[in-house]
Amino acid sequence: MRYFPVIVVGGGLAGLRAALEVNMHNIPVCVLSRVHPVRSHSLAAQGGINGALGNHVRGSNDSVEKHAFDTVKGSDYLGDQDAIIRMCNDAPLRIYEMEHWGCPFSRTSEGKIAQRPFGGAGFPRTAYAEDKTGHVLLHTLYEQVVRFEHSSERADITVLDEMLVTSLAVDDGRCTGVIALNLKTGNFEAFQSDAVIFATGGSGRVYSNSTNALISTALGAYIPFKDGAPLKDMEFIQFHPTTLIGTNILMTEGCRGEGGFLVNNKGERFLANYEDSKKAMEVAPRDIVARNIQREIDAGRGFENSYVHLDIRHLGEKKINERLPGIRDLCIKFANIDPVTDPIPVQPGQHYTMGGIDTDINGASDIKGLFAAGECACVSVHGANRLGGNSLLETIVYGAIAGKSCAEYVSSLAQTKTGAEKVEAKLRDEERRAREIVAKDGDYLICDVRDELAQTMAQKVGLFRKEDQLRSALEDIERAKDKFKKVKFNAKSKSLSYNYEFINYLETEASICVSEVIVKGALERKESRGSHFRLDFPKRDDANFLKHTVARYSKEGITLSYKPVKIVKWEPKERKY
Amino acid sequence: MDRVIFEVFRFIPEEKSEPHFDRFEVPYTKGMTVLQGLLYIQSKLDGSLGLRFACRAGICGSCAMHINGVYRLACETQVSLLGEHIRVRPLGHLPIIKDLVVDMTEFWEKYKLVKPYLIHSKNVPEKEFLQSVDDREKLTRIVDCILCGACYAACPVVDTHKDYIGPHAFAKANRFIRDSRDDGTFERLRIIGGEDGVFRCHTVFSCQEVCPKEINASGSIAELKMLTTKAAFTAFDRSKLKM
Ligand SMILES: Cc1cc2nc3c(=O)[nH]c(=O)nc-3n(C[C@H](O)[C@H](O)[C@H](O)COP(=O)(O)OP(=O)(O)OC[C@H]3O[C@@H](n4cnc5c(N)ncnc54)[C@H](O)[C@@H]3O)c2cc1C
Ligand code: SF4
Ligand code: FES
Repeated sequence: MRYFPVIVVGGGLAGLRAALEVNMHNIPVCVLSRVHPVRSHSLAAQGGINGALGNHVRGSNDSVEKHAFDTVKGSDYLGDQDAIIRMCNDAPLRIYEMEHWGCPFSRTSEGKIAQRPFGGAGFPRTAYAEDKTGHVLLHTLYEQVVRFEHSSERADITVLDEMLVTSLAVDDGRCTGVIALNLKTGNFEAFQSDAVIFATGGSGRVYSNSTNALISTALGAYIPFKDGAPLKDMEFIQFHPTTLIGTNILMTEGCRGEGGFLVNNKGERFLANYEDSKKAMEVAPRDIVARNIQREIDAGRGFENSYVHLDIRHLGEKKINERLPGIRDLCIKFANIDPVTDPIPVQPGQHYTMGGIDTDINGASDIKGLFAAGECACVSVHGANRLGGNSLLETIVYGAIAGKSCAEYVSSLAQTKTGAEKVEAKLRDEERRAREIVAKDGDYLICDVRDELAQTMAQKVGLFRKEDQLRSALEDIERAKDKFKKVKFNAKSKSLSYNYEFINYLETEASICVSEVIVKGALERKESRGSHFRLDFPKRDDANFLKHTVARYSKEGITLSYKPVKIVKWEPKERKY
Repeated sequence: MDRVIFEVFRFIPEEKSEPHFDRFEVPYTKGMTVLQGLLYIQSKLDGSLGLRFACRAGICGSCAMHINGVYRLACETQVSLLGEHIRVRPLGHLPIIKDLVVDMTEFWEKYKLVKPYLIHSKNVPEKEFLQSVDDREKLTRIVDCILCGACYAACPVVDTHKDYIGPHAFAKANRFIRDSRDDGTFERLRIIGGEDGVFRCHTVFSCQEVCPKEINASGSIAELKMLTTKAAFTAFDRSKLKM
């Protein structure tokens, strides 16, 4: 068993930023990640990161307060306003810090960090590096980890990659470590610690039509959930309006921010025909644009009944190469079309998990010693709908905050290095469970259970929801549970070294549980708010539902309760653009 | 084309099995990538097939491998461009852990050798360091490196001189040396110009040919050779070390 005062699970932006912060407090920290940090999904972010820097010619009147207001309104008033104000306030500080650490942002003619317009924002405040913002941010943070490793000023920072965390060790309500499967050796390893920060990213792959990486699964939300940490607002799933048909690879909102058009099969910019998007047109918020695209397709005005066109041809080759080179590359490689000469075929797809591990404004969860940050957490700054560019921001702002409060927590402990027996016992549990899993010899393939469920979620718990559809999704989930009991472990070698059949098993189990949380939350929320749109309850209902859904796990099943939204400045108003 | 034959390299050193190729028949679907084919094998035919993947969109650098004779990313390689026969092997020059998974430890250690982070001696401004559009332009492309390892696997010098630092690390070093905000040129050149450094490169362009991000690593190495030479002639006058 190894011991580190702090363990961070996840090497994406939130995890690395949290680890650096802990280490700045001179506390030894270890990052465990299922992939090498620079492979984390944060790098897929294209468009940019929000902050009221005021660098754009049209941005000089921007302010922290305006950024916060746009975020509150974008969240359809479900975001906690204290958390939002804190995030927007720290935004310039954290973005400048990334720049000082070497992040190669694109530049304005004055040499400042360049910013572009994004949906739902009153000013161009999305800082970017071409269309590869996540890539450069993640590499910059990893570079800092290397710098910290090289420096002798502080305690150690250790990164152990290809370590799949499978379980927490919770001793008497306090988190004292984790168990991880070392993918290289195929052995489980026990890690004792005084605190754990979860930064495992989104659960996107619960859906079949996701823009997320194949490794963005529900496992990260499920592990703390089954050990008693509640999940908050999981029914709020963002669907991105523009994903490439076939693979659902993201076509950044930057395409529209830079001036791209959405066009139906009659050649119309159809957003003009809808009340909620006719003013802002292509830069209206995501939930609105996504629904209007789907309505267009459903009304037979799409192409092949499944997509519309995103047209950026008029931007010209030069601007496309300058601002959207990654998009051009993806279109050529994955759809065999060149956006300089052809419109891009796009459809809405699952994109972001607004809900997550319920934390307070300091990143602390309900379990003592367990913190969470980034997409796996729900502080909540995105409420019912996240604005583009705010989640990268959340990762570094709340990554740093969770790191700081975790460091303070660890420093305040009267007794450290506790709970060793519990950790050892958990290790034996995991080993026993693994032996049972590899011996499974039932009738169904694990991947089939996973894929069928993901289809259910895409078809019945998507952009438009309805009671009967949601009930039918619950039935599908029950069927998936039954089938999952009768699966076959379909691998010739039972060694757990890079054994994806084993990982698929764990992920599918997580997916079944988290899907149920999503559907139950959606069923009970009899209103429409942000990304959650109920055809049978098309209006927002503040009297009954201006509150967070909180789901808890027990052996008997999943239970829901509610808690109030923190409104400190802006009273809810109708959300109009 | 309705099916594709995948011949996949299999080897588990620990189990003392002999390295061999397994043959799988995979139904072809329109737009299928090599990674999709491998994942079909993994989820339907043999769950223990070892490979790395994450983003499935050519940006995370996990899935570089040797596909029909060329190092490339499995996830962005369309099966239709290769035909009905696909032969996949792991990255070269690196110890195999299992099947298509290689041990990248030395790759990362060498990356760390060149101090791959911004080094500046200036006072940190309240806001950003200013950088002109032209100076930023010098970083375009070279910051796109996804550390996939294709160049390292393709480089013949890595094969003959095991401590050769490698194209990925030199491209990274050059990315910082070119950066107008960086003051670490001198520190880095001592490593880059040393025993295992750029002068071992024979300029055969293998690294550049295989790079999925079209990074000009050979060009970077040439630039670094020039800088190192210049540094020697100017008796290590730090102030002259910007291109
Ligand atoms: C295609 C795409 C484009 C986007 N564009 C933007 C944008 O332009 N602007 C914006 O603000 N946001 C954008 N987002 C959202 C944003 O990128 C993500 O929300 C954010 O990067 C998530 O970061 P993270 O650190 O929380 O998680 P991730 O980067 O997903 O990292 C999760 C980490 O956890 C590890 N992990 C997970 N489970 C385990 C486990 N069980 N054991 C060990 N390790 C584990 C993984 O290895 C990984 O290192 C985009 C998202 C997508 C999908
Ligand atoms: S330079 Fe190119 S081939 Fe080499 S690691 Fe970077 S992206 Fe891969
Ligand atoms: S899976 Fe990420 S580059 Fe291929």
